[in-house]
Amino acid sequence: MALPGAHTTTKAEGSAASRGGATAAARRASRQELARRIGLGAVVPVALVALWQAASTLGWVSAVALPAPASVVEAAGELAGRGELGRHIGISVQRVLIGFGIGAALGLALGSLVGLSKWADALLGPTIGAFRAVPSLAWVPLLILWMKIGEDSKVTLIAIGAFFPIFTTVYLALRHVDKNLVEAARAFGLKGLKLLTTVQLPAVVPAVFSGLRLALAQSWLFLVAAELIASSMGLGFLLTDSQNNGRTDRLLLAIILLAVIGKITDALLGVVERKAVTRWA
Amino acid sequence: MTATFAPAAPHPAGSATAGPRSALGVSFRGLGRSFGEGTARRTVLRDIDFDVVPGELVAILGPSGCGKSTLLRAVAGLDAPSAGEVLIDGTAVEGIDGRCAVAFQEPRLMPWQSVRRNVALGLPHGTGKAEGDARVDELIDLVELGAHASHRPREISGGMAQRASLARALARRPGVLLLDEPFGALDALTRLKMQDLLLEVRRVAPATVLLVTHDVDEALQLADRILVLGRTPDREGATISEVLTVPGERPRDRASAELARMRSALLESLGVDSHRH
Ligand SMILES: Nc1ncnc2c1ncn2[C@@H]1O[C@H](COP(=O)(O)OP(=O)(O)OP(=O)(O)O)[C@@H](O)[C@H]1O
Ligand SMILES: [Mg+2]
Repeated sequence: MALPGAHTTTKAEGSAASRGGATAAARRASRQELARRIGLGAVVPVALVALWQAASTLGWVSAVALPAPASVVEAAGELAGRGELGRHIGISVQRVLIGFGIGAALGLALGSLVGLSKWADALLGPTIGAFRAVPSLAWVPLLILWMKIGEDSKVTLIAIGAFFPIFTTVYLALRHVDKNLVEAARAFGLKGLKLLTTVQLPAVVPAVFSGLRLALAQSWLFLVAAELIASSMGLGFLLTDSQNNGRTDRLLLAIILLAVIGKITDALLGVVERKAVTRWA
Repeated sequence: MTATFAPAAPHPAGSATAGPRSALGVSFRGLGRSFGEGTARRTVLRDIDFDVVPGELVAILGPSGCGKSTLLRAVAGLDAPSAGEVLIDGTAVEGIDGRCAVAFQEPRLMPWQSVRRNVALGLPHGTGKAEGDARVDELIDLVELGAHASHRPREISGGMAQRASLARALARRPGVLLLDEPFGALDALTRLKMQDLLLEVRRVAPATVLLVTHDVDEALQLADRILVLGRTPDREGATISEVLTVPGERPRDRASAELARMRSALLESLGVDSHRH
């Protein structure tokens, strides 16, 4: 340090090292930030469970209306032991994933087509708009009539629920892609598919992901709707079945499972979203 | 930046991929452009007749909104004129013209791509990978962005972004280089450096250059000829009000009396009182 010659090298190395150090420090800081967010996020659920426990031990509400947390856990254990819990969860997740997948793919494809082509917009825009105006649950009777009470009708209903949020966000985002960027790319000879993949699609990646997350939430909503109305399996069925048998513990269990699984799928999609947005935005 | 670069050796006309690599002439024939329909119709440009010699650097001056960008867009084929036509190397411009490259008034870089990928976007269609990589490296060195080649546009300064935009245009090896206030957003010092860079670039890649600027000194420093666009009170739409040939080899002495005289005349024709500047 004291030598002038050495000083310059340490300075250069120092800046490189501090840059390496900075990324490590940043990583540590972001891990701490994550831990703090998880900790903070857990505060309210834990408090709610504590309040719930207090309400049942102190007898604020009857055990019929609100069974203790322990009996919900017990109910879970009992259903799991008979292998029913896994079956309910499995079939519901499967329906959501398939319906969401189909709805998302169609939403992306049609949203891109109608968003990019004036011709397709003129041809299809009004029709799709009219279909969107139909409250999606209005399809239920028709779907059941056409496809009976099997898997198809449920998956179709979920796909309808997932389709519109994605279609709308992709369509609108493509309409608002920076015209200057598109023109610049065209000036350098890009057109058609190359223009789409170089400029238009990357520009709408953030919008596509917010559409996907909306659509995923919609998929769970429509899953429960479909299963409430007609099914013999799944978390929605668990809800109606428990209601009919007066099993509030199982009812609460189903609601908690929907909250937890819905949150997990959304968080997973959120991770992919963050990766994609830092890559493309 | 000069050390690594071979001097004005013309590019080999060998590989057929890179399009025109010699400077091309540009002719405006009765060019006019109006926007809107019916009573809302407004004429922006009218009766532009002018010939740009191959290899020439013509600066275009004119008040804001007089149609300078519109004129360049007509050459690039990004916009179709309402009257007349533009010829490049004797053939009319119809649709986006591969013989031109544009550096727009704003850098217009793809925000999700590195500076390097953005420059590579300018390469002519069908350029081989090795050839393209070499050319992009060369250009990134030329505009002194080597240290920032992997950065995203939002991570570099406005001046760097404009240099990247210039490099992207040069990657095209255009016969006609269209520069729309390429140094407009820069501070005085960076602007001078960029002007030197442009002269350097021209020694390396001989293109015809149309340079839109609102800076009279920049025009006097860089151009072979200066074309002034202006309106007359009696008619709608701007047209060529003056064409000046600038004497002297570049780089020119910024203090020369003759340039000072031309500067006053230009400012006057642009409606600025030169004694107050
Ligand atoms: N697509 C368009 N539709 C309608 N009017 C337009 C269009 N493009 C340009 N104009 C009009 O043409 C005129 C000239 O625009 P242009 O951008 O060519 O000016 P400019 O000389 O480049 O100005 P500046 O120095 O501010 O960049 C402006 O009045 C503008 O409103
Ligand atoms: Mg302009």
